[in-house]
Amino acid sequence: MNTGAQTIRTGVRDWADRTVTFLAIAATVIVIAPLLAIFAYLLFKGAASLNLDFFTKIPLPPGESGGGMANAILGSGILLGIASVIGVPIGIGSGIFLAEFGRGTRLANAVRFTADVLNGVPSIVMGVATYALVVSPHIKWLPFVGHFSAMAGGIALGIMMIPTITRTTEEMLLMVPNAVREAALGLGVPNWRSVLSITVRTASPGIITGCMLAFARVAGETAPLIFTAFGNNFWSTNLNEPIEALPLQIWVYATGPYEEWHRLAWAGSLVLIVLIVFAVSLVRFVTSRGVLKGNS
Amino acid sequence: MGVGIEVTNLNAWYGTNHTLQEINLNIPANHATALIGPSGCGKSTFVRCLNRMHETNPIARVTGSVKMGEMDIYAGAKPVQIRRRVGMVFQRPNPFPTMSIYDNVASGLKLNGYTNRRVLDETVERSLKKAALWDEVKNDLKKKSGASLSGGQQQRLCIARALAVDPEVLLMDEPASALDPVSTSKIEDLIFELKSQYTIVIVTHNMQQAARVAEKTGFFLNGRLVEFDSTHKIFTNPSDKRTEDYITGRFG
Amino acid sequence: MLLCALSIFGIVVLIASELVLRSDLAWKAFGIHFFFNAETDSYTHLPLYWDPVNGHFSALPFVYGTLVSSFLALLLAVPLAVGVAIFLTEMCPRALRGILAFLTELLAAIPSIIYGFWALAVLTPLMREYVNPLLVKYLGWSGFFADDNPTGLGFTSAAIILAIMILPIISSLTREVMVAVPHSQREAVLALGATRWEMIRMGVLRNARIGIVGAIILGLGRALGETMAVEMVIGNTPEIHRSLLANGTSMAAVIASEYAEAVSDLHRSALTEIGLALFVVTIIVNALARVLVWAVTRGTPARLA
Repeated sequence: MNTGAQTIRTGVRDWADRTVTFLAIAATVIVIAPLLAIFAYLLFKGAASLNLDFFTKIPLPPGESGGGMANAILGSGILLGIASVIGVPIGIGSGIFLAEFGRGTRLANAVRFTADVLNGVPSIVMGVATYALVVSPHIKWLPFVGHFSAMAGGIALGIMMIPTITRTTEEMLLMVPNAVREAALGLGVPNWRSVLSITVRTASPGIITGCMLAFARVAGETAPLIFTAFGNNFWSTNLNEPIEALPLQIWVYATGPYEEWHRLAWAGSLVLIVLIVFAVSLVRFVTSRGVLKGNS
Repeated sequence: MGVGIEVTNLNAWYGTNHTLQEINLNIPANHATALIGPSGCGKSTFVRCLNRMHETNPIARVTGSVKMGEMDIYAGAKPVQIRRRVGMVFQRPNPFPTMSIYDNVASGLKLNGYTNRRVLDETVERSLKKAALWDEVKNDLKKKSGASLSGGQQQRLCIARALAVDPEVLLMDEPASALDPVSTSKIEDLIFELKSQYTIVIVTHNMQQAARVAEKTGFFLNGRLVEFDSTHKIFTNPSDKRTEDYITGRFG
Repeated sequence: MLLCALSIFGIVVLIASELVLRSDLAWKAFGIHFFFNAETDSYTHLPLYWDPVNGHFSALPFVYGTLVSSFLALLLAVPLAVGVAIFLTEMCPRALRGILAFLTELLAAIPSIIYGFWALAVLTPLMREYVNPLLVKYLGWSGFFADDNPTGLGFTSAAIILAIMILPIISSLTREVMVAVPHSQREAVLALGATRWEMIRMGVLRNARIGIVGAIILGLGRALGETMAVEMVIGNTPEIHRSLLANGTSMAAVIASEYAEAVSDLHRSALTEIGLALFVVTIIVNALARVLVWAVTRGTPARLA
């Protein structure tokens, strides 16, 4: 069996194996190195630019040095608040439906699929749709519609939160052991009560984390805000008026010509990154430490 | 033709779990040897040490020596070379679902660089005949995928796949435990046919099976080889009390 | 609960109907030619793609820009992403795997705007000073790398930043389908005396290939709709050039930069129609990708995306 040709063949196979191993390691290094570089660069630039003024002052006229993004941070907070009011209940409700009431039905599969599709709709398209529905609708269906406003931006972000929250809620509920459900049902509790008071409560750390993740993701969204929230250089808490948002402000400043603007944009980027690192770490902590299984 | 296997002071760990302790035995060439014992006794780990599959798990570790014919498989030889001489059949049939029946059987040969159509055709036919599957599949060799067969046929396909590379040793890890009684008896007939040409080591938790197919039987308990003797002696007059308790069904 | 679930259908239907309704004006004016043809200037004989002030509208340069930048990004990202997935599932020590997987999740969550800003600050100067001159020097003969853009912006820069952005998505999904391949398949190949690469090729990649294609298509879907980072580095010029170093624009980018200040109803309607096209294409692409990934991971426990 072991002829000369076989020996050569073995050499070729070992060589191919080593080459592929090398290529896979090389690919990982090629990918990880620049990504780490991006991350380090952001941290470095952002940390060098961040100061107290950033959080307390509003932007100064172009060319003047100093100022901050306080109005943008407030604006982002308001937008995310509106978004959460819309996205969190609908998302959690749909997630509970998928995991508990509709499990295995054709309707649930269709909803899951639609949620995944909605998740893939580009954020800019969400902006266009919100513009058509809220900023410039055919019918003035609510008092705040008809112009750029914080409400419009919040609605766009809220819709974008739904699919993420739906899917994480579903996944978190599915991670709850069946024994917990059966224990509740075994006590003679009706199904809907057992779902709400036992299953959802058991999964609640995970569900909250999923909301955090969705929150952090839309916090960095720029495209759907450009022609809904529109931006505003001044303090504004009026939901009926255009409002500034952190990513919008970063966009304007990053593409602008002034060094001072760039500095503020880096600082803003760092704030967004910190929010995201926090949310992603939380998700990882909750899913990996078995918090859901009650042995935290 | 098969070769004998000489195992000396074999120890295996799974993490911190000492799953095999001081195993010594000689497996005769061209015979079937059965390994029995309750689940978790180490018999599966033991056969996986014979072709160095045990160490594919990163937390697993082995010490000791296993000589297969003239080759000491834990000294000098590479796992890849050893596995080319040792065929293995697993507990659950695992044909390649994306390959045709023909490609499944030929996969080992193709890995070794055989491209000659005629050689491949001949080997595939011979292997499928040895595995008693030829008559059932000869008409859709290249049409059907390996996953389209029944469970018993899949397992015989896996045996044919292992035989195609002409191994000296055939390891079978509970090959019939996932199969129905009819398929099980076909596999047993097959082992009976094959054991004159190959050294067969079969792990089983079914004592009747061991008695039917094997000349030699070893009894494992808690990671140790309690007794190794002719099958007849083990089942009629075991020298160890624990073996007797096990085969008479007092535990396990 | 049911109501919440149904509202998801409602939202998608609402989005679709509004986009159709609002693009009606442009559709009536140009029809399907909007995406495939452009008028030609009778004097200069150059195509008139996009001139909102004078009423010329053709989506051709945007479609071109989106396709070129996305496919170039796939070309760069796919081999690397599959390599990373192979390393992570089959070769990587357990401790390192956790760190790398965490890093990947993090990078997938970083906002587009920040990638764009980084690209402006670091990538485009790098391209301008080092990479583009090399490409022009060694590959200039092919016609795809012309030395006529001194900015460092353009298709190639956009494709690189897109590749960086879709890498984590493709690689984590590829990893997911590879992990879903049963361990017994790997053992079957190993027992035949295969090397590790042969085991990966026959036992893993072969079984997971449909899912890997799905992961790549999902990455494509993400690239097609990516807006801010592309808008910042592609150059925003509605022209079609053979050179990959030239400035261009994309469907998403033009909406971002012009929608808020559209000069006419027709202009806005044309932009909405581009949005509709993007919506339809990404829905098809995503649906296809999901079906393919499900085909492989079905039956394994759901994991957090």
